Amino acid sequence: MNSSKRMLTILLALVALQWMSCKPKGASNAAAGGSAEKAYVAPGKYDEFYNFVSGGFSGQMSVYGLPSGRLFRVIPVFSVDPEKGYGYSEESKPMLMTSNGFVPWDDLHHVSFSQTNGEIDGRWTFGNGNNTPRVARIDNKTFRTAEIIEIPNSAGNHSSPFITENSEYLVAGTRFSIPVGDNQDVPIESYKDNFKGVISFISIGKEHGEMDIAFQLLLPGVNFDLSRAGKGPSHGWFFFSCYNSEQANTLLEVNASQRDKDFILAVNWKKAEEYLKAGKGVKKQVRYAHNTWDEKTHSAKHEIRTEVTVLDPAILKDICYFIPCPKSPHGCDTDPTGEYIVGSGKLAAIIPVFSFTKIQKAIADKTYDGEYGGIPVIKYEAALHGEVKKPGLGPLHTEFDDKGNAYTSFFVSSEIVKWNVKSLEVLDRVPTYYSIGHLSIPGGDTRKPWGKYVVAYNKITKDRYLPTGPELTQSAQIFDISGDKMQLILDFPTIGEPHYAGSMPASLIKDKSVKIFKIDENQHPYAAKGEKESKVVREGNKIHVYMTSIRSHFAPDNIEGVKLGDEVYFHVTNLEQDWDVPHGFAIKGALNAELLIMPGETQTLKWVPEKVGVFPFYCTDFCSALHQEMQGYLRVSPAGSNVPLSFSLGKKGADAAEKPASK
Amino acid sequence: MKKMLIVFSFLGFVYACNNETSSDKTSGTESTTKTTTDNGNPSYDPERGAGKFTNVDVKPELDKVMAEAGLKVYDVKCGSCHKLTDEKLVGPGWKGVTTRHKPEWIMNFVTNVDEMLNKDPKAMAQLELCLVRMPNQNLTDDDARHVYEFMRKNDGVK
Ligand SMILES: [Cu+2]
Repeated sequence: MNSSKRMLTILLALVALQWMSCKPKGASNAAAGGSAEKAYVAPGKYDEFYNFVSGGFSGQMSVYGLPSGRLFRVIPVFSVDPEKGYGYSEESKPMLMTSNGFVPWDDLHHVSFSQTNGEIDGRWTFGNGNNTPRVARIDNKTFRTAEIIEIPNSAGNHSSPFITENSEYLVAGTRFSIPVGDNQDVPIESYKDNFKGVISFISIGKEHGEMDIAFQLLLPGVNFDLSRAGKGPSHGWFFFSCYNSEQANTLLEVNASQRDKDFILAVNWKKAEEYLKAGKGVKKQVRYAHNTWDEKTHSAKHEIRTEVTVLDPAILKDICYFIPCPKSPHGCDTDPTGEYIVGSGKLAAIIPVFSFTKIQKAIADKTYDGEYGGIPVIKYEAALHGEVKKPGLGPLHTEFDDKGNAYTSFFVSSEIVKWNVKSLEVLDRVPTYYSIGHLSIPGGDTRKPWGKYVVAYNKITKDRYLPTGPELTQSAQIFDISGDKMQLILDFPTIGEPHYAGSMPASLIKDKSVKIFKIDENQHPYAAKGEKESKVVREGNKIHVYMTSIRSHFAPDNIEGVKLGDEVYFHVTNLEQDWDVPHGFAIKGALNAELLIMPGETQTLKWVPEKVGVFPFYCTDFCSALHQEMQGYLRVSPAGSNVPLSFSLGKKGADAAEKPASK
Repeated sequence: MKKMLIVFSFLGFVYACNNETSSDKTSGTESTTKTTTDNGNPSYDPERGAGKFTNVDVKPELDKVMAEAGLKVYDVKCGSCHKLTDEKLVGPGWKGVTTRHKPEWIMNFVTNVDEMLNKDPKAMAQLELCLVRMPNQNLTDDDARHVYEFMRKNDGVK
């Protein structure tokens, strides 16, 4: 048994022990700890930070307050959401279109904020779709998904969407290397020959944030895991952790853990830009979706794009460099000064910290250890600032405070360890409850962290809350880090898997938050701006209902003359111009869903009646004392019947009696 | 005739509410009622209402341009709930509204709905009748002035 194998066996045995005993060492302390008054935000008082948390397998993003842990909002991103009608209304369906068609459920792992000069600017939040590779942009003014771009030549968009310090680019690195190019029908065994790992650089429009794939890098077939942009002195560079440098294609838990060291990939993206400008890129035919939401038409547009430009760093030698990193690195985090890059080997017993200055020197001196897939490999010692010794088990992710300290999460030993970036000395450790994945400090990935709280996002919640059957909620824990010692102040349940998160001061968003959509600016083609414009129009077998809603009625509220075989489109315009007064719309037997329409907005429900009869519809969002009265009827007659199309609001029973509906 | 009767009883109710405002009748509705007595708070003028409009310049004759603009606002933002007759729909009909309230009161009410509904005796009495808080429709100052002019036109000002 060689030494690395022995290490692995010991590690696995340790892991097994931890799991058998279930509670990691110190978990009882985590259970008992707490200083609740620091997390207390009195009723009516506001939180200091917005905390955007990925929902993991829920495909959504949720927004909490810090330090209270209050849930403010779940933002639908990559999955349909009945609470918002997202993916159900005709207008929002295009947001979930891909080159494979409509994908109603995805996996959202990481959250990233737009930055200016290395600081959070509060404009946009980005998230990645893992399974069907995508990146989404959320508009922080509306807390809604404004844009989704699909990533071609990619599979498992995990290493994403990390951003540069002026939001020049965000990245989408593939987790799964795959066959790329014309012939993708190759034996899986031919992995080493035919599989490639592609990293995409997505540019972000300066004014409106629109995303575009600027270029892709064609790299050896490894698994890209996480990444972080350089900042300050290292601005212009990007760093990616990767594992499976063994290039195994089966039983990776063993076969991808053979080498003592995998890699961090350092990318000189300014250099890549130069090559791109010089025409060194190769255009490739692909198919990917680009979907945008328009707040004026209240509708999404889906288009397919067909071309990307690919750069090959094995030919264009000075774009990419590998740096050895022990062992199966996950996190790859740049400190606020931009000088230090922290690698976190999931299976390593140390944390290596690399120096940007040393990396530059090693490149200048060509202090290499050969090549990997045509990419130079820098000698480990030549790039290394130093190692944090015996920090814990299973380091995952590191964030930073404003005092030169790093905070690393440890999945296996379930703890957060605080250490000094320069001296590499361990300063403090606290248990988490437990199997912490990522952690987050407000601004902890930028040049200006607010070193006030660190939040732990945990995978396992056993014994923490009241049981809820075989599945338990996952949880987050807030620690006060303003003093020398970390102090648990609150834990709170989360939506889905709280995979990753970011926080920013409330002041960056609060006063810019949209309250209503102005009805005069509503450019939806089927909007009814005022009850006068409400009507029902037949176009062949399509019935368009231009409907309005306001506390507390719909117009029209009686509709007749719909026949079997018709498709009915309820275009509901919410006439309210008051904050927080959405109206809902639901009709009996709708196979699709319901609508939720914001003030000033128009949304459409498609309904195909399948039976003859009278069908009630009503408002689903409690809106006033007369909300229960907010209802109406639609009559469906057999195909071929001669009931004329008619609609009304408030006509007296006597009026209707004068013109009895014929059959 | 029947309609007339309804109108009279309606007005009577408003009047009754008005008289006993705040002292006992509405004490249970909102915590802010204690600041709303007609005479308890000298800074509050129930004729003018609460809001930014203190003195609206209204010419004796109708400003047709303004009234036309007001009609457009009415169609989009008001018509769903207010008829131009004296018939109550969700809110009261507009017929005669300019004779019941000062222009300042009306313009304050339509631009500052929440405070008025919490504070103003006449507005609160209306709420007891209608039971739906008037939505704040985010009218601009100009919108409010135009709507007022349209209300005057509706009340027969030439
Ligand atoms: Cu409603």
